[in-house]
Amino acid sequence: MYASLVPTSAEMIRFLPELILTVVATLFMVLDPLLGRQSRHVYGHFSILALLGAMAAAVYVYRDPGAAFSGMLMVDGFATFFRVVVIGVGILTVLPSYRYLDREDAETGEYHALLLFSIVGQCVMVTANELIMIFIGLEISSIASYVLAGYLRDDRRANEAALKYFLLGSFATAFFLYGVALIYGMTGSTNLATVRRAILGGSLGSAPIFIGVAAALMFVGLGFKVSGAPFQIWAPDVYQGAPTPVAAFLSAGPKAAAFAIFLRIFLTAFQPIGPGWEPLVWVSALASMTLGNFAALTQSNIKRLLAYSSIAHAGYVLVALAARSNVGTAAAMFYMAAYAFMNIGAFAVVSHLSGKGERYLKVEDFAGLGAKQPGTAALLSIFLLSLIGVPLTGGFFGKFYIFKAALDSHLVWLTVLGLLNSAVAAYYYLRILVMMYMREPGEAASRIQPLTPGLRAALVLPALGTLVLGIFPGWVLDFAGRSSVFVR
Amino acid sequence: MNAVPLSWYLTLSGVLFTLGAAGFLFRRNIITVFMSIELMLNAVNLSFISFSYAFRRVDGQIFTFFVMVVAAAEAAVGLAIILTVFKNRNTLNIDDLNSMKDEYQPAQPEEASETAPVSVP
Repeated sequence: MYASLVPTSAEMIRFLPELILTVVATLFMVLDPLLGRQSRHVYGHFSILALLGAMAAAVYVYRDPGAAFSGMLMVDGFATFFRVVVIGVGILTVLPSYRYLDREDAETGEYHALLLFSIVGQCVMVTANELIMIFIGLEISSIASYVLAGYLRDDRRANEAALKYFLLGSFATAFFLYGVALIYGMTGSTNLATVRRAILGGSLGSAPIFIGVAAALMFVGLGFKVSGAPFQIWAPDVYQGAPTPVAAFLSAGPKAAAFAIFLRIFLTAFQPIGPGWEPLVWVSALASMTLGNFAALTQSNIKRLLAYSSIAHAGYVLVALAARSNVGTAAAMFYMAAYAFMNIGAFAVVSHLSGKGERYLKVEDFAGLGAKQPGTAALLSIFLLSLIGVPLTGGFFGKFYIFKAALDSHLVWLTVLGLLNSAVAAYYYLRILVMMYMREPGEAASRIQPLTPGLRAALVLPALGTLVLGIFPGWVLDFAGRSSVFVR
Repeated sequence: MNAVPLSWYLTLSGVLFTLGAAGFLFRRNIITVFMSIELMLNAVNLSFISFSYAFRRVDGQIFTFFVMVVAAAEAAVGLAIILTVFKNRNTLNIDDLNSMKDEYQPAQPEEASETAPVSVP
């Protein structure tokens, strides 16, 4: 009778991307004490190989979509899309890390092992179809990220960032988990489809209020993870204190995965009570956009500025969630892909410019970059223009589809306020552009190092991605549109 | 023998969770804050177990094991982070962890004058 519990080979293959990454990360941990300092770049090379392999596996297993492990995981278009996004974020994080870890003279083996484990967790999150599995993926991803945020042990700011990330992240997890417990108690299941059937069936007696409470608790937990207002408080400190490549990773990878489960849970299990949670998301989206953009206006530290901008961008994606439609889901998927490219690219430039010990992080330190290193400045301009949402960049189509989805769902006020917000945001991005091209070079620009091959790839690849999404958005959007249907 | 009704367990779990959340928000010692988070997780465990008992099924108890494993991993990482913080600063008061805001405030006045000529359209 237990034969049905043994996973079939088809199910194991659907889990292949996670398996590859786990095996390689574990090997890193075993080999780390054995290999000397001469081989410090080997880990990076093998990380990239493992991530490319995992990405290929993720695409390959989509040829045979379906559930795995008694419905715990669901390999569908949505999961495949986000798997590719988070693995791609991993590759784009490894590339600038070579130079960064050399400069700060940090260990490389543990760093890449932790990075891979974090990505495993995110892959599990986006594939999971069951609340406990989502919780486990969330924690695998988070626990590795807490350590990465404080990776430079002797740096006071990194310690502080790690501690704040850890305390608020665990606090958020507890809320999410309490929501899971209530759902289990009310519906007797943690499978998203079963929960949905139980809510629709109306056999819950006095339970609807508790379903609402559970949805609210999960909203709090996930709100923290995506850094949406009013739960955004940790983001600026963590992004400022964490090593710059890690900050790039945190702002793209865990956030994309958190939005994936946000969309999946709220549009599958809680879809029947949609009119109940829509106002919550509406308020949170508006608050995130406004707070993020207006706080970013006064920032002088570039990492803090990008942190507030990432809060604002979380607000735009929450607009897509508030639309509660397949078009909205597709727009959110597209936006997370475009955002990953442009934000990691921007952080990679910051990592390049900041110098040993991250001394040059002021906006004024970008002065004269256009004259000193025109290539870097041009690439940063692409990322900033995409963050503003200028046509021909991925950011433009991302915003366009999100606000179109919001209009389709009759969220007129949210659209108007969101567009006004985008106009405000243009100011602080343009400030950096003005600084780069119209000011005399300062101390930071005179000490700037030439680009290493890893950094060059870390800047060119996201720029290409941003432009491709901006000029040929159709293919990605088609795929997102086809895979955004959770409930048929 | 009279069984304790499910609602009592759930109330206790809710009270413990609230106490944990309150401890997180109002206590100033980092270790105490961390213990408050553990209290919240254990309150959730109590809910899982009492539901599981009420349903006469074991899956809720299995979830509890997962939660315990995760909490243990979190404790390992969390205490290590707290240790590095203590080594670098010799304090466990959460209000002393404000180095980033300190760094940012003095820069603001000169920042404002720098950007004053650029006006918002």
